[in-house]
Amino acid sequence: MRHFVIVGVLVIIVFLATYFGLTALKLMPVEASAQSIVVDWMWNLDFVVMCFLFALIVVPLVYSLIVFRRRKGDTSDGEHIEGNTKLEITWTVIPLITVLVFAYLGAYSLGETMAVDPNALEISVTARQWSWQFDYPEGFTSNELHLPVNRQVVLNMTSLDVIHAFWVPQFRIRQDILPGRVTNYRITPILIGNYTVMCSQLCGTSHSYMTAPVIVTSQADYDAWVQSQVTAAQAAAAAGGPANGKLLVQKYGCLGCHTTDGTKLVGPTWLGLYQSQVKLSDGRTVTADQAYLVESIVSPSAKIVNGFPDNVMPKTFGTALTQSQINDIVSYIETLK
Amino acid sequence: MKKFLTSALVRGLLWQAIGWLLGALFVTGIRFLMGLNPFDQFFFTEPAWVFGALVGAISFVAGTGAMTDWFKWAKGEETPEHREDPPGWEKYLNVSLDHKVIGIQYTVTALILMCVGGLFAMIFRTELAHSGLQFLTLQEYNTFMSLHGIVMIVGILVGVAGVMNYLVPMMIGADDMSFPRLNAFSFWVVPPAAVLLLSTLALGGFDTGWTGYPPLSVRAPVGMQMFFMGVAVAGWSSILGGLNLIATVLRMRTKGMTAFRMPIFIWAAIATSIITLTATQLIGLAFQLVMFQRLLGMGFFDPAKGGNPILFQHLFWFYSHPAVYVFVLPGLGLISELMPVFVRKPLFGYRFVAMSSLGIALVGFLVWAHHMFTSGMNEYLRVPFMYSTLLVAVPTGVKFFSWIATLWKGKIEAPTPMLFVVGGIVVFLLGGLSGPPNATVATDLHLHDTYWIVGHFHDTMFGGYIFPFFAAIYYWFPKATGKRMNETLGKIHFWLMTPAFLTLTLLMMRVGLLGMRRRVADYDPALGFDNYHLIMTIAGYLIAIAIAIFLYNLYISLRHGETATGNVWNSRSPEWQVPSPMPVHNYDVPFEVVGEPYDYGLPGSAYVRFADGSQSTKH
Ligand code: HEM
Ligand SMILES: [Cu+2]
Repeated sequence: MRHFVIVGVLVIIVFLATYFGLTALKLMPVEASAQSIVVDWMWNLDFVVMCFLFALIVVPLVYSLIVFRRRKGDTSDGEHIEGNTKLEITWTVIPLITVLVFAYLGAYSLGETMAVDPNALEISVTARQWSWQFDYPEGFTSNELHLPVNRQVVLNMTSLDVIHAFWVPQFRIRQDILPGRVTNYRITPILIGNYTVMCSQLCGTSHSYMTAPVIVTSQADYDAWVQSQVTAAQAAAAAGGPANGKLLVQKYGCLGCHTTDGTKLVGPTWLGLYQSQVKLSDGRTVTADQAYLVESIVSPSAKIVNGFPDNVMPKTFGTALTQSQINDIVSYIETLK
Repeated sequence: MKKFLTSALVRGLLWQAIGWLLGALFVTGIRFLMGLNPFDQFFFTEPAWVFGALVGAISFVAGTGAMTDWFKWAKGEETPEHREDPPGWEKYLNVSLDHKVIGIQYTVTALILMCVGGLFAMIFRTELAHSGLQFLTLQEYNTFMSLHGIVMIVGILVGVAGVMNYLVPMMIGADDMSFPRLNAFSFWVVPPAAVLLLSTLALGGFDTGWTGYPPLSVRAPVGMQMFFMGVAVAGWSSILGGLNLIATVLRMRTKGMTAFRMPIFIWAAIATSIITLTATQLIGLAFQLVMFQRLLGMGFFDPAKGGNPILFQHLFWFYSHPAVYVFVLPGLGLISELMPVFVRKPLFGYRFVAMSSLGIALVGFLVWAHHMFTSGMNEYLRVPFMYSTLLVAVPTGVKFFSWIATLWKGKIEAPTPMLFVVGGIVVFLLGGLSGPPNATVATDLHLHDTYWIVGHFHDTMFGGYIFPFFAAIYYWFPKATGKRMNETLGKIHFWLMTPAFLTLTLLMMRVGLLGMRRRVADYDPALGFDNYHLIMTIAGYLIAIAIAIFLYNLYISLRHGETATGNVWNSRSPEWQVPSPMPVHNYDVPFEVVGEPYDYGLPGSAYVRFADGSQSTKH
């Protein structure tokens, strides 16, 4: 009896010490979304049980090792106790009830994180190896995700290649992004600040660097940002030329495979491409003049650069872009020396 | 040296190389005739590499002679029932039909694989010590990370097979497994599988992790195919090994060994074998479909052709979740088996512990989609899979409570094997406790694919298998060799590895919660994780040193260990009632089961009685 009392008291002490000690360490990042509050509520319930079970097992384990250790010279055996059916049933039924309650709570909190606001702001997200693109309803494209605070937003996400995943630790929620399909990510930011979206499904070599800024601002700042983006896009389209080309290559996802800084991705870099000598896979060498650049956009398979695969670049740009848009893009590439 | 060069292992490797080359040349020739380009980036084309790999793996097994008897039977020739092994070390490098030799072959192979996998881990753990890229490229990082995972998994599967092969026939009083030739075959497919896995390094690596999800795995270099092939070949070992073990336990138990009088480890071995026999096919299938998608352009997982990448994940996890119980059930069985010996008390609630193994194995088949809560599968499916996943906690809890009740009021002694048993319980507890938050879906939306998960499964696998595996080696080493392992070195091994390992995994969980993704080669210094990662890397090195001490201990104990031919641990189990090392055909005198296996503390009780009248009593 004395053993039980001591162990019981110790279990309670260790339970409280681990729970409060560890919670004081701030285990989770800040709560920046309405959903994160629900997730943390569920986490906290889980954590209480985890700490309690930890104490419930470890305390009698360590206690037995110390108190019931074999004394020097003692060669006798322990007490012959084979089991106790009542105890076994107890520690089957109580955990059973506990897990059923937790499964119910898990379903409940999952439902809360999925709650739909019909007035949610919709933004399209395109993920590709290894970049993010955000298309706003106002018709412009950005590589940063700006969100107004306290308004639900639903991201309609798709991937151009492999599976990616959208995760902002401060928002807690995570959703995979699949090729050929749209998945949704619903979130209500509640804290103004700068965060980072990280791709959290292994997506190839540069997976580590597939991140983008997420900027939560007040509604007024958000409106001002949207307005500035719309104006910039209109001005560039009206002026044409390299400035518009630069916006177009973002919007049409060219930068997922081509870089402007000399790095080699799936496709050749554009840095220093104009007027350079390009070695082709059939052994010829050609000069990358304007006609070559136009042809490479409109019919990518006509000339394949040595060391790069055929049939990777989409063949649809010739119809998706107007002639003047193609000219703008080419004029932009020509500026990359 | 000559004995080494003429051994089945060396012969097999040679045959594999030749078979691989011939297979590849064959396909290359056909391509040449068909006017397709015969060569590619890695010299041969992908179909040539794949076909060659298949021919090479079959050639290896044929070259060792593991199939010779079957060929003879097919031709109508008779072969002797037993084959005597040579007395020296060379029997371990040749095809033997003795389950004890095969068990040791498996165990040593497992240790080698784990050391290789551990080496990969140390390479990329060093890279992670600091943010920024130190000395690996991104592709190298991903390849080492992926290979670490799969080599360790195969290593554990092989280790499980080793322990089961060595112990099960001995514990049930059989002279061997049901199908000794199948048993040898199951072992000899492992080395060519290991060669295939390692060959990925030379063929561009692969950057998908051990999960190999398409479409990424459709785009990876040729190395990817060698990974698929290696796993498929190793899978044969699991399937056939499981079949053999079930047959052995069903058919070859000695007189009097009824279901509830079997040593508890046998229950664990049966539960494990049911899983390996029935689930392994699914991972083979999943990988095969990706192979075909790559080779033949079939669009199983290609949305552009009407395929579905999520289908792969279902097939993959339908095996790979139950597989985690293949890793731990034998380990938990070992804990239950060893504990009564060192506590000198019966195993508390034997029947419940036995049933909990079966319960875990069966419920484990119904939970696979808990790895896919964020995958984009049907949203509502997440709820039933949460219920089934949480249910696994119930039989797992039964084991913990029974262990505690076994310890209670015992006379506990803690030599090295018992240290590892206790360490295993504590580490596995941390792994088990970090499971439910992954199951209550809302929390998993945050935890999935972070270092939290990495911490969770390292704790489950180390506590559930690696610690008990070490306990088993320290415990049965005298049985296998007639010598004892050095206690002092054993204790150093334990006290160095355990704190280092706990530090490592607890920090993994910490950074995971705070926002550290898993499977990244680099992390943003702004996250503030640099110090944590440095400590984790140091802890990794301490574990490596502890393992080195263990290997040294194996070596010197084999050479100069204290002789121990008797019942070293004072156990009631039948294998300890005969002198060590175990005779070739196990029991020269058969025995009969006359009592309960774990009646420690019951005066005058006996578990087994030998036909010559000798009994295993209390001491
Ligand atoms: C009550 C016990 C357990 C529960 C509730 C549980 C639950 C889970 C869940 C839900 C996941 C998926 C998490 C995610 O990826 O987001 C997971 C991952 C994993 N668990 Fe457990 N688990 C338990 C015990 C075990 C055991 C005994 C093992 C055996 C070794 C194990 C090994 C693993 C592994 C290897 C993974 C990660 C696989 C991967 O993504 O590569 N778990 N666990
Ligand atoms: Cu699982």
